[in-house]
This record gives sequence, C-alpha cells and structure tokens, in this order.
Amino acid sequence: MTQPMTPALQIDGLNVYFGAPHESFHAVKNASFTVEKGASFGLVGESGSGKSTILKALTGLAPQWEGTMRVAGQQLGAKRDRRFYRSVQMVFQDPYASLHPRQSVDQVLSETLYLHGASNIDDRVNRLLEDVGLGSAFRFRYPHQLSGGQRQRVAIARALAPEPEILLLDEPTSALDVSVQAEILNLLSDLRAEHHLTYVMVSHDLAVVAHMCDQAAVMQNGEIVEILSIDAMRNGDARSDYTRQLLAASANRVA
Amino acid sequence: MSQDTGTLRDWLLSETPTSRRQARWAAAYKGWLTLRANHMAMAGLAIIVLLVALALFAPWIAPHDPFVQDLGNRLQPLGSEGHILGTDSLGRDILSRLIWGARITLYIVALVALIAPIAGLLVGTVSGYAGGWVDVILMRITDIFLAFPRLVLALAFVAALGAGIENAVLAISLTAWPPYARMARAETLTIRSSDYISAIRLQGAGPLRIIVKHIWPLCISSLIVRVTLDMAGIILAAAGLGFLGLGAQPPSPEWGAMISEGRRFILDHWWVATMPGLAIFTVSLAFNLLGDGLRDVLDPKDSPQ
Amino acid sequence: MTPLLDIKNLWVKFPTRTGVVEAVRGISFSLGRERLGIVGESGSGKSMTGRAILRLIRPPGIIEADHISLHDQDLLSLSEAKMRAIRGQKISMVMQDPKFSLNPVMTIGAQLIEAHRLHSKSSRAEARTKAIEMLEAVSIRDPERVMKAYPHEMSGGMGQRIMIAMMLIPNPEILIADEPTSALDVSVQGQVLSIMDRLVKERGMGLIFISHDLNLVSQFCDRVLIMYAGRIVEVCDADKLHQAQHPYTRGLLGSLPRFDTPRARLDVLQRDPAWREAPSVEARP
Repeated sequence: MTQPMTPALQIDGLNVYFGAPHESFHAVKNASFTVEKGASFGLVGESGSGKSTILKALTGLAPQWEGTMRVAGQQLGAKRDRRFYRSVQMVFQDPYASLHPRQSVDQVLSETLYLHGASNIDDRVNRLLEDVGLGSAFRFRYPHQLSGGQRQRVAIARALAPEPEILLLDEPTSALDVSVQAEILNLLSDLRAEHHLTYVMVSHDLAVVAHMCDQAAVMQNGEIVEILSIDAMRNGDARSDYTRQLLAASANRVA
Repeated sequence: MSQDTGTLRDWLLSETPTSRRQARWAAAYKGWLTLRANHMAMAGLAIIVLLVALALFAPWIAPHDPFVQDLGNRLQPLGSEGHILGTDSLGRDILSRLIWGARITLYIVALVALIAPIAGLLVGTVSGYAGGWVDVILMRITDIFLAFPRLVLALAFVAALGAGIENAVLAISLTAWPPYARMARAETLTIRSSDYISAIRLQGAGPLRIIVKHIWPLCISSLIVRVTLDMAGIILAAAGLGFLGLGAQPPSPEWGAMISEGRRFILDHWWVATMPGLAIFTVSLAFNLLGDGLRDVLDPKDSPQ
Repeated sequence: MTPLLDIKNLWVKFPTRTGVVEAVRGISFSLGRERLGIVGESGSGKSMTGRAILRLIRPPGIIEADHISLHDQDLLSLSEAKMRAIRGQKISMVMQDPKFSLNPVMTIGAQLIEAHRLHSKSSRAEARTKAIEMLEAVSIRDPERVMKAYPHEMSGGMGQRIMIAMMLIPNPEILIADEPTSALDVSVQGQVLSIMDRLVKERGMGLIFISHDLNLVSQFCDRVLIMYAGRIVEVCDADKLHQAQHPYTRGLLGSLPRFDTPRARLDVLQRDPAWREAPSVEARP
C-alpha cells in the first residue's frame, strides 16, 4: 500500500462479554485487526474461540463490548443506524435457521428492499435472484420448498439487497454438502469481483478460508493468536504453536 | 398458464408457484388437506358449522318461539307432541330454546376468542421481545391474574360490574388472557434469538415491525390452536356464570341458565337440565377435536418439512 | 473370509401423501472385520442404511431386504424383543451428537454402570471397575472425576468418547458410527478417531463408518462405499479413493477446496440423471 487509503474495517482492542455483569463471560479478549477495502479476511478457530462473536459485536447483535470499531473510518457507537446496515451485511451459518419459516422468498427480499427505501422493488427482487443464480422461478417459494444451497443463496441475496460494501460471512457453507459448498463459494467469489465487496469470513475449515481469503486471524479462547497471510500459512511460516497445530490437523487431510 | 395445462388441484399443489396469490392459496390448500385427513377434526368442524348454521337460521329452524310460555303444557317429557325435547317449567319448547341459545353461546365464544388471545398476544410478545423491566412488570401483572381461580375472579368482576352477557364476556376475557400471554412470551423468547430475527434486525427493522410482521405470524398459529382447545372452557365458564345467575339473565335461553332453571326439577323431570347440558358437552367436544386437528396443521414446530 | 454382516437388496421406503419416497434403493454389501466407510451427501441414504441394519426406522417407514444376516441369522425375521438383544450386545451405534444420546439427569458413572450391569450380571463394584477401565480405554485422563460428572459438564469431544466407551461395554461385534466426529473440532476429531481405530483393531470388530467427509473416510477406513440417491455408485479401497472412477466421486473430490493447492474456482458437480437410474453396485464378495 503506497497511497494511504481508509481501510474498510478497523478493529482495535475489542472486548466482548456475554451474560449478566456479575457472571459475564469474556468471549473476545483485546482483538485488533484491519481489513483493507476489497480484501477478504478470514477468522479461523475452533468452536468457542470467539470468532463469530466478533461479527456479532460488529453488527450490534452482541451489545456488551468495549474498544473501537471503525467502518470506512467511521467509529461505531452503541447503536447502529440504517446507514450502517446499508454498508455492512451478514450471511448466517445455518440456512435452515436464517429464513423465516412463514415467509416466501419474495416477502423476505421485498421487505429488505423496502426497509432500505428502494424503488421499483419488483424488478430488484428479480435481479437479486438472478444475481445469486436462482432466477425468478424461485420467487414465490417458501423456505421448506428449497434445498439448503438454495436457501443459502436466498440469504446471500438478502444480504446483497442494500448493496453493502462489506459482507460478513459466518461459516456460510458449514451446514452444506461439499458439492453445494463449492457452488456457494464460487458464487461468493463471483459476487465479490462483480460488486467489489470486502469479505470477513469466519470458518473452522482452514481449506475454505485458504480458498476464499488473502489473510486470516487465528483465534483461540477469545484471543487472536496471530494474523498472517494465507501464503505464509501455506509456506508453514506460522509463528505460534497453536497455528501450527491447526495447520497440521488440516493439511494432512488431502484426498 | 398452469391453470390451462392442469386442474385447479395441480395449480394449488405446484412446487413452483408463479405469483404471490398462488403461493398463499397453495399453502392454505396444503393445510386443508392435512386437516381433512384427520377425521375427528372434521367431525368437530362439522358440528361447529352446524352450530353456526343453527344460530344464523334460528328464526326459521326453531319450531316455536323460545319465549312464549304455555303454563298448561309445562314439563312435558321428551317426544311429546310438538315438543321433541319436551318443555321446561314455564312450558317453553326446549329445542327452540337450545337453537336460539346457540346464538348466545357463539356470541360469547366469539367475543372472548377475540379479546383474550389478542390481549395475551400483545402483552406476551412485547414482554418477551423487550425483556428487562418491561418484561418483569408485565409478567408480574400476568402472575397476579393467574393466581386467582378463574371462575372466582370472573365472579368478582361480574359482581362489581353487574350481571349480564356483556359483563360475563368481559369477566371471562379478563381471566382468560394470562395463559395466552405466558405462551406468547415463551414463544417470543425462542423466536427472538433465532437467526431470521437477527437477519431482519440487520436490515434496520425496528422492534414494532419485528414484533408485528415477524413474531406474530409465528405465535398466532399456536394461539389459534390454544383458543380452540380453550373454547370448551370458555363455554363452560359462560354456562357456569349463567348457572349462578350472573351471566345471561332470564328469560334469555342461554344454555347455562337453562341448566340452572332445570336444576329444581332434576329428579322428576331430568331432561330439562340434561338437554342444554348435552348441547354444551357436544359443542365443547367439537371445539376440542377441531383444536387437536388444527395443531397438526398450524403448529410450526411439528409441521413436516 | 466369512462376513460378519451380509446385506442383500436393502430398501428403505417412506409412504407420503405424494407417493412413496425411496431413501435406500436396493443396495447389497457385506462387512468383515474391517473398517467400512459409507460416504455420500445428505439425502443419499447413508444414515438410513445404518439405521435399517438395526431396524431403527420408525413407522411409517418400511425396511425391505432379501436378507440382513448377522453371521447366519437374518435380522429381519427376528422378533422385536430379540432385536433389542442384538442392538447393543452384537451391534452398537454411535450417533453424531453425544448430547442427545446421553441421559442428561444421570451421572456418567451411573449410566456406564447401568449399561454394564444390563449386559452382564455383575456386582456394582465390578461394574464400577469395568466402567473406569472403559473410560481409561477411551483416553479419559481423570475417570474418577468423569464418573461423577453429568453429561452437560463434558465438552463435545469428551462426550463422544464417553459414548464410544458406553457402546463398547457389551463388547459388540459391529460398531456403526454415524458421523461420529462431525460435531467436533478438527483437533479433537483426530483423537476420537484414533481411539476408535485402536479399539476396533484390538477387539477385531467390524466398523461401519458413515460420513459426508471424503478426506476423513479415505484416511480412516479400509474400504469405501459411495452412495448416491439411495444406491451404491462405487466401491473402492480407501487409499485408492483419489483414483475413483465414477464421475460422481470424481466430482465430489473436485469440489473440495484444497489447502495446499490454491485454485481460482472450485469444480462444480454436474449431476447426471443417469447416475440415479444406474443399478446399485454390489459390494459383496
């Protein structure tokens, strides 16, 4: 980086707590990282390492946090306004749980567009469905009429509706079959190129993060153990023991 | 398009609906198919439809005027001439009174079924979604109402407000909403933490929109089921108030009041009290059967994928 | 080698409003004292196969087969009471999530002791010693403490090890493991697998390992069945999985992101309708 550019996302000294004040659980401890505009950043770790919690704090779903978080230079306060949600969107882990069981695809997308004050909602719904490779034939279906992969595409379409700059991906493929995972990951790569998106991807699967990201933070017990580029990971340049362990557990799994 | 190529049934059962209207009708039709497969529920529905028809066409169906007294013809047994179900202590035709009484029963049931669940839904979802002190206050109020025996509380209300059907409805509603509030709150607590609510929050939707458009549709179905199952209790409470002389006033042919009148003759003229009792029993049972069937159709927790 | 288990022409059907859904469509395979992997995607019928062997398909589901023979005994012709004796005693099953398989209101010790006494009429003290032995066998460091603990106090990996210990108490001949490590973290997965591996080898058991994870199966098993749409499309030796011939298997392998060899795009599986209709591959000697 020769010219100074405002990073898409800057997190500095973030601490997140869960539960009542007297018995609260310290889920994220002093996490700091920066994601450049257009980059794809991975958060890797095992369950309970606090990787998803960072996304929750960022989106305002985990209200007990301290530290500084900046999106495109703007510091975030306690409340998120609609402008924030127009620039940061999230795709959830389980496509079976992230769609309202009584709402058709049309209702989900139309309402999202309406909330962001979009005009000609009808056309936009069809275009969003085209974008995620579903087509308008799926528009009036209910979630129970869709497969896991199709549901996740709808969830991605919902996240794309406000035309965000940053997309947070919380294990977007861990509930899917490998062949469907490939389709969704390809779709996410295409969308990133087309819409110039910045990704923050949480995953327990190093191979998926290595495929999607340029740089990753390795987390353990709520702390970021180290931040390193994917190339460094491949070359085995990890500094911490934990990262090396994680690499060993993943790397020997090649068919 | 699809209407031309297939029957209406195909159009409704299509897995690829092409319009909002079709999607909505298809969902309703599939629910109906599930309900239709449940014979007991269909029996319950048939009885309720019959009851509604009786109430609507009472003036034409009832063989006699329910209020006309004929003291020379009092306490006639079952099957006597012109009075299939006999006459009561004032010589009024019991069958006609039962038919006209269907109106009062339905009136009470419909009003309570509107007031209590809606009040419960409001209190429960707001309490569950808001949490914190709002939750504490609303739930303690609910607890206070729950702590009284239902009929006793209703009695107290009627005693304070005066006897009569409207006050009976109000009293029953006031005692009936807390369980709905509890139920709606419990459901809201699970729904609130689900991913699809988080997702709509991330679109900047406010609490009001989330409660009304996203939480209510999921709570309503189980409330409907619960209401149909509670109908029997509501009818019985109304009958109980009528029996105690605090509900519908004579000479109105309310079923509970009819039992109360017939009580005096129960040893020698059993049918006077028994016939309205059978009517209450049949209708209560019908609502219970329907409620059971509706649970299979509406309850999202059990609905097949 | 005489097979422990021999299955011929197994079908699992579910009648629904819109017709009969066939989850498993006429598969045949046998199991010796080996580690047999069954891989496939969701809906391929792999879990149904495991359950059908133990006759754990709930009505209205129907199990049909020419035979499911354990040694020379056809499991399909047994009474439900005799089948209960087979389950656990001869064939055990480990499920995906230990949380749902352990009784939450009993201590782990009590459950292990009960399982043990149910199987052999030993005294409490004996059963207790055996239970602790079993916990040690699944590499639990502090068995005395774990005996007194409740299931919710255990981590996922611990819970799954305890489940395995419990399933192995009656010394079954066959262990069916349905996605036993899918709910676990990578580092714990390895430990649980190596424990299972050791026990299976030491006791000369047959293992059916059901999983969606091709990598895992290729490392861990001796022989692999690949299932698609209720049929077996390919059988191969686990170490030769990467040389698999069937386009479906090849497609699955190609769709995996690889850590060491970066690619711009992943291969997308093109499903050929003919795979669905092709006859099931026979995996019997």
